Amino acid sequence: MAASEYVLEMNEISKSFPGVKALDGVSLKVKPGSVHALMGENGAGKSTLMKCLFGMYEIDSGQVILGGETVKFESAKDALKSGISMIQQELLPIPYRSVMENVWLGRYPVTGFGPFKLINNKKMLADTKAIFEELKMDIDPTTWVVNLSVSKIQSMEIAKAVSYKSRIIIMDEPTSSLTENEVGHLFGIIQKLRAEGVAIIYISHRMEEILQIADEVSIMRDGRLVGTFPASELTTDLIINKMVGRDMSHRFPPRDNVPGEVVLKVEDYTSPDPKSFKNVSFDLRKGEILGVSGLVGAQRTELMESLFGLRPIASGKVWLHGKESYIKSPVEAISRKIALLTEERRVTGIFPILAVHDNVLAANWKSYVKKNFLLDLKRCDSDVKKSIDMLSVKTPSSKAFMQNLSGGNQQKVIFSRWLLTEPEILILDEPTRGIDVGAKFEIYTIIADLAKRGKSIIMISSELPEILGMADRIMVMCEGRMTGILDGKSADQEEIMRLSTQFM
Amino acid sequence: MANATTLAAGGKLWKSVKDLAAKRAVLLVLLLLVLATGIAQKNFLSWDNLINILMITSVYVIIALGEGPILITKGVDLSAGRLVGLTACIAASMLQRTDYASKIFPDFPMMPLIVPIALAIVAGVAVGLLNGAIISWLKVPPFIATLGTMVIAYGAVSLYVDRPPHGASPIGGLRDDFTSVANGAIPISGTFRLPYIIIIAVVVLFLMWILLNRTRLGKNIYAIGANPEAAVVSGVSVSRTLITVYVIAGALYGLAGSLQAARQGSATNNLGFGWELDAISACVIGGVSTTGGVGTVGGILTGVLMLTFMNNALVFLNVSPYWQNIVKGLIIVAAVAVDIRKYLRKR
Repeated sequence: MAASEYVLEMNEISKSFPGVKALDGVSLKVKPGSVHALMGENGAGKSTLMKCLFGMYEIDSGQVILGGETVKFESAKDALKSGISMIQQELLPIPYRSVMENVWLGRYPVTGFGPFKLINNKKMLADTKAIFEELKMDIDPTTWVVNLSVSKIQSMEIAKAVSYKSRIIIMDEPTSSLTENEVGHLFGIIQKLRAEGVAIIYISHRMEEILQIADEVSIMRDGRLVGTFPASELTTDLIINKMVGRDMSHRFPPRDNVPGEVVLKVEDYTSPDPKSFKNVSFDLRKGEILGVSGLVGAQRTELMESLFGLRPIASGKVWLHGKESYIKSPVEAISRKIALLTEERRVTGIFPILAVHDNVLAANWKSYVKKNFLLDLKRCDSDVKKSIDMLSVKTPSSKAFMQNLSGGNQQKVIFSRWLLTEPEILILDEPTRGIDVGAKFEIYTIIADLAKRGKSIIMISSELPEILGMADRIMVMCEGRMTGILDGKSADQEEIMRLSTQFM
Repeated sequence: MANATTLAAGGKLWKSVKDLAAKRAVLLVLLLLVLATGIAQKNFLSWDNLINILMITSVYVIIALGEGPILITKGVDLSAGRLVGLTACIAASMLQRTDYASKIFPDFPMMPLIVPIALAIVAGVAVGLLNGAIISWLKVPPFIATLGTMVIAYGAVSLYVDRPPHGASPIGGLRDDFTSVANGAIPISGTFRLPYIIIIAVVVLFLMWILLNRTRLGKNIYAIGANPEAAVVSGVSVSRTLITVYVIAGALYGLAGSLQAARQGSATNNLGFGWELDAISACVIGGVSTTGGVGTVGGILTGVLMLTFMNNALVFLNVSPYWQNIVKGLIIVAAVAVDIRKYLRKR
């Protein structure tokens, strides 16, 4: 039999979890020296498939053929040894250890004999340097990882994958926290690896990226493979179409909100941290969607968290409905009808081990306390049910643990939490990050509807089409300063990018 | 066809039995332990003995109900045992019989029963407040903060009871009306009597169940344990909640200290030594997670019952008391090893 043209063949893989068929006969074939994009809505089964490949899940049925041999991995360690590496979306390096120790963790080069072995730091340093040079990465192998930027840590993880002599490198949303420049650098590295015959399985939601870097695209939906296509035959609309299984010619809902009087006025907001925001002034109208654009590091999140009372300010004033206000804690912000949907859902949003029910009500218990200090659980239950029905959260029941929901559904639960507080001002920090296309449209619809009902919305987003598609006005920030406020109808991508990089 | 249905129903039943066994493993082991010991030694299952065990359980469960919510917030309270000792001595010192020869405070007047017990609870509340303040305002980790107050509480109680000419001797000769709070009972019928102390424990259990399940404070306790950062963003006042939790615990230690002094009829500065570890053990056996966010009142009660029944059963079976510690240690590890299976990621 001739050698297969594929380095990896996954045939008819199925995997069930209690109550869910996560993968249903999925086949994936990857050629060596290619970038194979894996796309699909959240919950389509991409991560599950990759975890099956990487030995983190056991497969119920199906087979994995790696370089012509059928393999069965018991653990991630097995997979690594066989030449498969995975670069997770959330990188978890050991912060207070050197870069090279992170790269060679668990297999440090040693000298000595028998049980008397010592770590050979010299060899470790030389080996690490060699890899960094080969991949043109500018990282000092002896520095502590805690000192590195996200992009550098990611480079380090790629170097680690290369050090395992991996034939296949899985990258899960590698660009989700990178700036444009860093993405360019990452693509350079990917192309180098591809030229050396490494296969890259690339998971991402960003269409533009996929079309730029991928050779082939496999699209999944509801635990099944829709198909594998050459990237050259695809367009953004085609991909979306196949992912959601319906025509999505309108990516954004129509909006008919009418901005009214000013409800929030911010003047000269300055952070005590000299590297953070300074002298930011803007206002927000009733029923308006104010987009906040900028690159990672523009201090948009820091500014909004200060408005919400999560961070202190050095100077600056806020007027709510024309009255000067001082908001020093989230408790005060919530009582003044402000809500904040945070950027890092997992860190500051969800309570993973609590029920969906308690996650919805986390910011709302106060309004369910009866005169006898007990909670009105009946009203709690019915309101939770109403909320999760309204946003069509997919969950077996409101008693299910939050950690068992997909990212998009978790986000909807957090939306329900804030909507229940009946806010007048909603600050949404990257509300559609890590959310599939279908759910994105639902979230946009919710946002548009809220604005129509007279709620004022501040929406931070790093996705330019989203900002342009949703915002009435767009505030652009760069390096902690406001560089302009544009009209949503007349603004274009070039102008926003110019303002986003004004001080760079 | 009918056969298949029966089979399916049987399988379903078996599955729910298995689920129940996994969920309530500790409770099942407890029941087996009680039955097995009862078969080996008939007296073990006598009313007198069961009531006796429940009376012992009562004080411990009150302490564990203080410790449990703290563990749920991802904290720990090492001062629990010493606070029980401190509050026991405070209550006892004011409740010695007037005709008792070696009263440590001969000048204390006769006071109504409620006053010394209230003062013991106030002392517990004060140290609880101190714990909470150190943890939430000075940001000292709970383990260290309560390690400090544990040592301080022991020093304080030793100074308090060290009264010449008696020195640090036990505070005995307690008033009968006081000791009967812990040892007295309501006669029900024949030999069956319902001790006050069990009623007190049941009331505390009920109140704590209400607190954790039916109040905003309880929901915030779980939220802080599950994700403190998200709790802050959701407008939970974390400092205030934590301080309240430690204060409630302090009050419960004060109550437990008073009851223990009454039960023993005396108190020393060494009373309560190491009891915080028993309380923590009972909680983790009962499924309270030391990583926060998980734990129930029912679980805590099961854990305490497990420990007290086990001790008593081993006595009945004539096992050397030294074995009790070995068995206790094994149960702690085994219970958590089984319990943690519920949370380990399924492969």
